[in-house]
Amino acid sequence: MLNLLLSRLATAIPSIVGVVVVTFMLTRLLPGDPAAYFAGLAASPQAVAEIRTKLGLDKSLPEQFVAYVGDLLSGNLGNSLSTGQPVVTEIATRLPASAELTLAALLLAVFIAIPLGVLAAVKQGTWIDHVCRVVTTAGVSLPVFFTGLLFAYVFYYLLQWAPAPTGRLDVFLSPPQHITGFYLIDSALTGNSETFWGALRQLALPAISMAIFSLAPLARMTRGSMLAVLGSDFIRTARASGLAPRTVVFTYAFRNAVLPVITVLGMVFSFLLGANVLVETVFAWPGVGLYAVNALITSDYAPVQGFVLTMAVLYVALNLAIDLLYGLVDPRIRLDS
Amino acid sequence: MTAVPTLAIEDLSVEFRTRSGTVKVLEHVGFSVERGETVALVGESGSGKSVTAFAVMGILDAAGRVTSGRAMFGGADLLALDERDLAEQRGRELSMIFQNPRTALNPIRRVGRQIADVLVRHGGATRGDAPRAAIEMLKKVRIPDPERRAEAYPFELSGGMCQRIMIAIALACRPALLIADEPTTGLDVTTQAVIMDLIGELAGESGMATIFITHDLALAAEYCDRIVVMHAGHIVEAAPGRELFARPRHPYAAKLLAATPGETASLESLASIPGGLPDLRRADLPPCRYSERCERRTDACAQPLPRRTVGDRHIVACWNPL
Amino acid sequence: MRPLLRHARYVMAENPVTGLAFGLFALFLLAAILGPALAPYNPLQSNVAMALKPPSAAHWFGTDQLGRDIFSRVLVATRLDLTIAFASVVLAFLLGALSGVAAGYFGGWTDRVVGRLADTIMAFPLFVLAMGIVAALGNEVINIVIATAIINFPLYARVARAEANVRRESGFVEAARLSGNGETRVLLGHVLPNIMPIMMVQMSLTMGYAILNAAGLSFIGLGVRPPDAEWGIMVAEGANFIQSGEWWIALFPGLALMLAVFCFNLLGDGLRDIIDPRMRT
Repeated sequence: MLNLLLSRLATAIPSIVGVVVVTFMLTRLLPGDPAAYFAGLAASPQAVAEIRTKLGLDKSLPEQFVAYVGDLLSGNLGNSLSTGQPVVTEIATRLPASAELTLAALLLAVFIAIPLGVLAAVKQGTWIDHVCRVVTTAGVSLPVFFTGLLFAYVFYYLLQWAPAPTGRLDVFLSPPQHITGFYLIDSALTGNSETFWGALRQLALPAISMAIFSLAPLARMTRGSMLAVLGSDFIRTARASGLAPRTVVFTYAFRNAVLPVITVLGMVFSFLLGANVLVETVFAWPGVGLYAVNALITSDYAPVQGFVLTMAVLYVALNLAIDLLYGLVDPRIRLDS
Repeated sequence: MTAVPTLAIEDLSVEFRTRSGTVKVLEHVGFSVERGETVALVGESGSGKSVTAFAVMGILDAAGRVTSGRAMFGGADLLALDERDLAEQRGRELSMIFQNPRTALNPIRRVGRQIADVLVRHGGATRGDAPRAAIEMLKKVRIPDPERRAEAYPFELSGGMCQRIMIAIALACRPALLIADEPTTGLDVTTQAVIMDLIGELAGESGMATIFITHDLALAAEYCDRIVVMHAGHIVEAAPGRELFARPRHPYAAKLLAATPGETASLESLASIPGGLPDLRRADLPPCRYSERCERRTDACAQPLPRRTVGDRHIVACWNPL
Repeated sequence: MRPLLRHARYVMAENPVTGLAFGLFALFLLAAILGPALAPYNPLQSNVAMALKPPSAAHWFGTDQLGRDIFSRVLVATRLDLTIAFASVVLAFLLGALSGVAAGYFGGWTDRVVGRLADTIMAFPLFVLAMGIVAALGNEVINIVIATAIINFPLYARVARAEANVRRESGFVEAARLSGNGETRVLLGHVLPNIMPIMMVQMSLTMGYAILNAAGLSFIGLGVRPPDAEWGIMVAEGANFIQSGEWWIALFPGLALMLAVFCFNLLGDGLRDIIDPRMRT
């Protein structure tokens, strides 16, 4: 088990190095003078020169890279121009909002996509199968920001079932005591049911919009791997042993079929972390995505850099976690390493 | 020989629907197995041996369809049972083991659990007793260190070990009939003999009937009481093993015997059979599906296949037997 | 070629949706080519007196906050959206197929460099990387094309690498080599053409994703700048009016976008079934 952990960690290291190199390159790619860019449009030449020295842009590229890595190691992602705050703290305070939204969307997608994929495979060629195919192709074709807007219009403006698409919580409700930063969990832990329902109502539309977008890879993979497993030798053995159909489909087929589904979770997270930016913009969700978009609009560069780097590191960590999960679930990998 | 056979297959026909037409995979197949008896089903691959077994077990692919016939087992026709009743019987009254034991076991479930699953399903043990009962079964198929092996996954075991596990699963509920579909394919020769002896011994203890599917006539002769020879979905000859070897009557069976290396045959006398199996999708298949490869073909072969009794329990489906 | 056509006909008959996708594709192509000529109004002409009018006989899709005709804008935007997506897919193909084929064919350090590059790109959530690239390169349409091509690069490189690797030892490559062709010539003249069908499938499968990605970038204000007509930015403009009930501003460009992506996704699936039935899921 320790071996598995170490070998997977070893594969994550080159990814992290690559991510750091690429984000460094992105900061140096800025057209024109990066210092002028970082200083903002209204900065005086003197201020630009100051920034240039401060950023070390007058040094050679390798020196700059070393300085960049040094900054990262000490947790310094620069300051936001518009707020003057360190980017690290601003991202850290906003991360729980994005994490709650993304994980809610993921859970929702998993709970819809996997049963749908299993049903489509078990009832291959029937109407359920066709519905599955249409739903997944349509889902992945829907621009997530458009779905979000459509939902907001229908469920907020027309039906008034949903609250206004403006953030995590109605202005009249106070946020729960900070424990995990997830409003749903914190309000449940403190027994604050009013805030819990308020937060859930705000979360529903953005989470559903994102879930629809990420259904497709999950449902398709579930269907495909379920079909492959159902046709395999050991399922024939299970049937020949007279095991109940439920045991055959769930205990024998499904547990094997779910393994490849775990591997597409990485791709699903890539989808979700991207969609997160767009959905946060639509629903004024105070997470890191909206933070980055606002910074983009004001040409505030450091937060955008910090956002890209944070998301990439997070993504590498998620992929690592997925790998480990796979290893835990599949005895062939767990016991071999 | 008036006892009711354990399994009596009569007039079994099976079709497969494929993209390029309907294939008549089995036609009017009939034979029976008695208590304690071992019958070999022999033929080239594609001759319909496995399909016969799958049809009896009710585990044909979705594309396959039984178009006629009965399979009388314990007073009931297996082919007429609905899926639920048949599933009750499978694994308890009639069991099957397959080739490639390593892929025939669930790769991510401990082998002990897989045996226990069958025991619990068919009332052979309670959920609490099942692990112990599974270990007992492992002992019975002579797996060394059964307590530890019960905790193993199939990928940790050799092919021979996996086949023993398969046998343990199949025999866990003491079935009246075992169908063994090429159980030794893919195993090395010494393991082959061990597995065959094990099956024979366990069958002998409980008076279980066994159908042994193989393409290896020599193996069939060594372990089986009777041999049924299949060709392209037809039974061409059925006889006690010794008699078939001494005097095959069907031209195909004779060729098949000549192609089998035995103690008496030298390598030079190993004959190969000309031609292959006919395309079963053809609309103009002759009544005798071997006739196009046959040296003894006459005009009589255009008539429907005969079913001639040529000796004690010796039947041949040929107009011009040897 | 003939069996392929017969198979294509079979796939079409089996799956009429693919036929529908081909029809839609033709429609989009027509709109992209003839859009400006067909548009009933000037897509950039504002008319404050006519601002925020719902759909009517005169303005099929209504008018926006500046009184511009949304139908004309949606129609004209087709060209820009499809051009961005197509250009980025072609660029991704050129970069990915060439480096992937070289990696698969030569192996060794070429393979390692290309593989590492692809892995590094894949280590990012793709849309986020695209954001970072456009932000760094500058707010231009061409940079959307470049960013979208870069995030699609690994897909092409991997498919091309795997295919070239399989074909490296095959008979026709050996024959080409023996008849005195240089390695580069074998690569470009014999290996690359052979993997074209599978690359075509890849291209139509990524086209939908490229459109979505480009529209997403312009939705958050990257690349395309007002007053240019583009579906993503039009939806973004319409977003401000959703809460006050003016649904048509965002709906029609959004629908066009959705339909285009849907069309390319179906087309990609259909093409895959035609070219390689084994890959069907």
